[in-house]
Amino acid sequence: MRYLPLTPEDRSEMLGVIGAGAIDDLFVDVPAEARLPGPVPGLPLRATEMTVERHFSALARKNKAASDHPFFLGAGAYKHHVPASVDHLIQRGEFLTAYTPYQPEIAQGTLQVLFEFQTQVARLFGCDVANASMYDGSTACWEAIGMAGRVTRRKKAVLSGGLHPHYVSVAKTMARFTGDVLDTATPSLDGTDLERLIGAIDAETSCVVVQYPDVLGRIDDLSPLAAACQAAGALLIAVVTEPVALGAIKAPGEMGADIVVGEGQSLGVGLQFGGPYVGLFATRDKYVRQMPGRLCGETVDATGKRGYVLTLSTREQHIRREKATSNICTNSGLCALAFSIHMTLLGERGLRDLAALNHARAVQTADRLVAIPGVSLVNDSFFNEFTVTLPKPARQIVHDLAAKGVLGGVSLGRLYPGEAALENGLVIAVTEVVTDEDIAALEAALKEVLA
Amino acid sequence: MTRYFTKDHEWIDVDGTSGIVGITDYAQSQLGDITYVDLPAAGSAVKKGDAPCVVDSVKAASDVYSPVSGTIAAANDALGDTPELVNTDPEQGGWLFRIDLSDAAELDGLMDKAAYDAYIAEL
Amino acid sequence: MNAPNTAGWRPELGEAHIAGDETFTGNRALMLDERLIFEIGDASTTGVDIDPAPAAASRLGNLARSEAIGLPGLSEPETVRHYTRLSRQNYGIDLGFFPLGSCTMKHNPRLNEAVARMKGFKDVHPLQPRETVQGALAVIDELAHWLVTLTGMDSVAMSPKAGAHGELCGILAIKAALEARGEDRKVILVPESAHGTNPATAAFAGFSVENIPATEAGRVDLAALKARLGPDVAGVMITNPNTCGLFEPDLKAISDAVHAAGGYVYCDGANFNAIVGKVRPGDLGVDAMHINLHKTFSTPHGGGGPGSGPVVLSAALSPYAPLPYVKREADGSLRLVEEETAADDQPASFGRMVAFHGQMGMFTRALAYILSHGADGLKQVAEDAVLNANYVLRSLEGVLDAPFGHSGPCMHEALFTDDGFAEGFSTLDVAKGLIDEGFHPMTVYFPLVVHGAMLVEPTETESKAALDQFIGALRSVALRAKQGDPALKSAPHFAPRRRLDETLAARKPVLAWKGDKAEG
Repeated sequence: MRYLPLTPEDRSEMLGVIGAGAIDDLFVDVPAEARLPGPVPGLPLRATEMTVERHFSALARKNKAASDHPFFLGAGAYKHHVPASVDHLIQRGEFLTAYTPYQPEIAQGTLQVLFEFQTQVARLFGCDVANASMYDGSTACWEAIGMAGRVTRRKKAVLSGGLHPHYVSVAKTMARFTGDVLDTATPSLDGTDLERLIGAIDAETSCVVVQYPDVLGRIDDLSPLAAACQAAGALLIAVVTEPVALGAIKAPGEMGADIVVGEGQSLGVGLQFGGPYVGLFATRDKYVRQMPGRLCGETVDATGKRGYVLTLSTREQHIRREKATSNICTNSGLCALAFSIHMTLLGERGLRDLAALNHARAVQTADRLVAIPGVSLVNDSFFNEFTVTLPKPARQIVHDLAAKGVLGGVSLGRLYPGEAALENGLVIAVTEVVTDEDIAALEAALKEVLA
Repeated sequence: MTRYFTKDHEWIDVDGTSGIVGITDYAQSQLGDITYVDLPAAGSAVKKGDAPCVVDSVKAASDVYSPVSGTIAAANDALGDTPELVNTDPEQGGWLFRIDLSDAAELDGLMDKAAYDAYIAEL
Repeated sequence: MNAPNTAGWRPELGEAHIAGDETFTGNRALMLDERLIFEIGDASTTGVDIDPAPAAASRLGNLARSEAIGLPGLSEPETVRHYTRLSRQNYGIDLGFFPLGSCTMKHNPRLNEAVARMKGFKDVHPLQPRETVQGALAVIDELAHWLVTLTGMDSVAMSPKAGAHGELCGILAIKAALEARGEDRKVILVPESAHGTNPATAAFAGFSVENIPATEAGRVDLAALKARLGPDVAGVMITNPNTCGLFEPDLKAISDAVHAAGGYVYCDGANFNAIVGKVRPGDLGVDAMHINLHKTFSTPHGGGGPGSGPVVLSAALSPYAPLPYVKREADGSLRLVEEETAADDQPASFGRMVAFHGQMGMFTRALAYILSHGADGLKQVAEDAVLNANYVLRSLEGVLDAPFGHSGPCMHEALFTDDGFAEGFSTLDVAKGLIDEGFHPMTVYFPLVVHGAMLVEPTETESKAALDQFIGALRSVALRAKQGDPALKSAPHFAPRRRLDETLAARKPVLAWKGDKAEG
């Protein structure tokens, strides 16, 4: 087998050194009734590289790839062009096949990248400090709620209706077991729920969680909410699922958010049918010891040279065990690297230009679609994603569009099944990969399926 | 003022109903370089054996148990910027918190210096 | 906008350089130091050409960003060089032997990478209509079938993002099952030798954690465990093979006892590589076990993730499995069971753990690895992994103390201690000495149950020659520790950095670059 270097001669020689007669002598601790006489029954045997490749090629062809079609899906995962150099660099074996940098003298590459990543994320979010990544946006969001509970010693979180429904579901699952109380709502097409959030804050509130832009693409000034939270001793958690937006709009930290979390998939990582993605997590300096996840910090070596190490580890499970701030161990290192490389390639100028292009494309698309009879725009404001209402349920329309070769958006019927008030809503994301032809194709296909 | 010691390597200086708590020189030598001290908030109530304070080194986080019950009166704020005081001056400048005792009888079970020295000699 | 290169760093003018082994730049031939992007990049440079935005009226509300963000850019060639230089300061499996115990650092086949990058997998959105993603769902379904069959379990939850997330999944399933029975059991029993994630996970789910002692032979003390069982015990979390590298021969008896007392058995599957294809945990009475695809099934560790932690479940726990999961319809098509149909399909599900459906990019890689090996190859994987570990154990037991070496063979990892080192010499010194010899050190100071632990996990993808070279090097370094060679105390001498000051890093945390702000 091509991944196994030992030869039969090696094996018998090594058994001799060990003093074992046969390989099964090394498995003596396995109870006899649990020992299998041969390979696990009911499964195929080994296959060549070519065979395996063919199998996957056949499966891959059964999927419609985003890049082969006019593509307008978002709702928490966005298609952006990723420069070829990103994928080249993350495949360097020294990055790809390294472990968590527990031996810093031979992991300075990973560690310096993490230090740069933390700084990039903190600056993008308008915060003091960021960690070395979480699993994804939804788990980062729950971790932020947990952290707010530790900081405030309160257990009631108020969640905006504009928070991605999967993020809400994750929080509900976890809260059921931790005893946290969640105040949740479904979104309204008539406007965002800032007033509801402000009204819900009381002396028991640990945090308010608001998505920016929200799941329908709407953008609110968070400053009044931040002020209300601060007055009540609660924390404001802002969730950013599209970091490219922050090349165009104010950072949540700038508006007073105490914790900013996000999904970093947009930059460098790609769609990948939902994972792996990269959770972003940033906060104020004063809360750093309540943060979950790994942190990389600067120090010096024995000769005074600058270097980097994982630090403040006493927050973490391998030291604090049952008193840890989180049980997270493995994070999303390679995706954080991809994010950081893409961000370095863009730089401030590139990020702003990219954001401007995304926004302009989205505005163009929205203007074209609302000209179709029966289609109207929900948003007063948006970045690269907006919601329209159609004259009939959007869920079937999405399938009809797909049949015409257009991947036309995410229906609110899929995100909020059973919510009649939302079923005609369609969330449409427009990034730099959308061409004039793609917009025309969506427009034409939508006209046809609505006719 | 009288100094008492615990088997968990805390010391407490008691003056009337007021006590000052820290960890012993032996404890700091076992913990290594102290990097951070998580201090209790003034006004919080603690029971004997609670852990109102945590002392971090690079690779460990160690609970500091209160030798007595009472109310936290103050914490040693100097440790915020210079946690290394716990290493360099554990039994004076590196004190952790001040506590108002609610039951002076709890001191009866603690050791004096001679007993503590004999105790650590056995470890 | 920021001024270009706010740090003000500029290359210095060269002067004639005298010092013997110093260089003008600080570089040493192929060993190149690299500054931070914040020191070499600037806000007006970009490495991406972007089409100009078409004219369109802004719809950003009043929230257009006005302040500088402070993100430096580099051109593409500078970017490639920056990260290539940094990569060369890292050790990886591609470079050499990486015997990090409990982490299963095996070869990462490049077929896996090629397959994951097929555009039909990497370029598919998680919320696409199901008729456009049947191939992606088929990958999840096929991998799920393998995992269930290899472990002899009833079902598998595919969405957990990593091992610790999988532990949480299993523990939440146990909690949900107890709730369904109307029982409020509060205690999870965990052996002292457990991974830190076990108690952290149990505590997160609201359980209190109690330790179970080990026997002299490094196994769970069955009698002590039985004595502690009762109506307050929700279950046990046991790692098998355990963190000392030993199989728990009483696991079936433990399971039977726990079940008889009304509890459940969580098995930490971090060490599944030792028994994959040889032993089915389902045959040992396990109720839930996570599988680290990034360990046993060769997906890359990537410098700390992403992982993937599917959880196989017994029939008793399957009804509580999280959403979403893939279901095959009568017509053969595949669909995701999500919140919408959960009331019909999975009414007792404990809910959703994560947005979308799990680590698809890891599923393709793991399945490519599994199909390559087949059932016969996977059995050989376990056998070679165990053979290699025992070869290391027996080859070094005269030099290093092997605390459980007397009690028979180990499984996939060999455990040693610092017993016999000279005064003042520690496991850490041996680890740093191995760095100078060109190896990644083994896991050190874990498990906590022995003094100065050194846990060596060679995996099956090492040749005998590689093992012999490592054995020779570790023997040499261990002898230096026993003899008290002072040069070992300051190792590594030849790595990109000497020992780093972790105390300084923790006392005065510098977690982001603020070089420009300090001057402003």
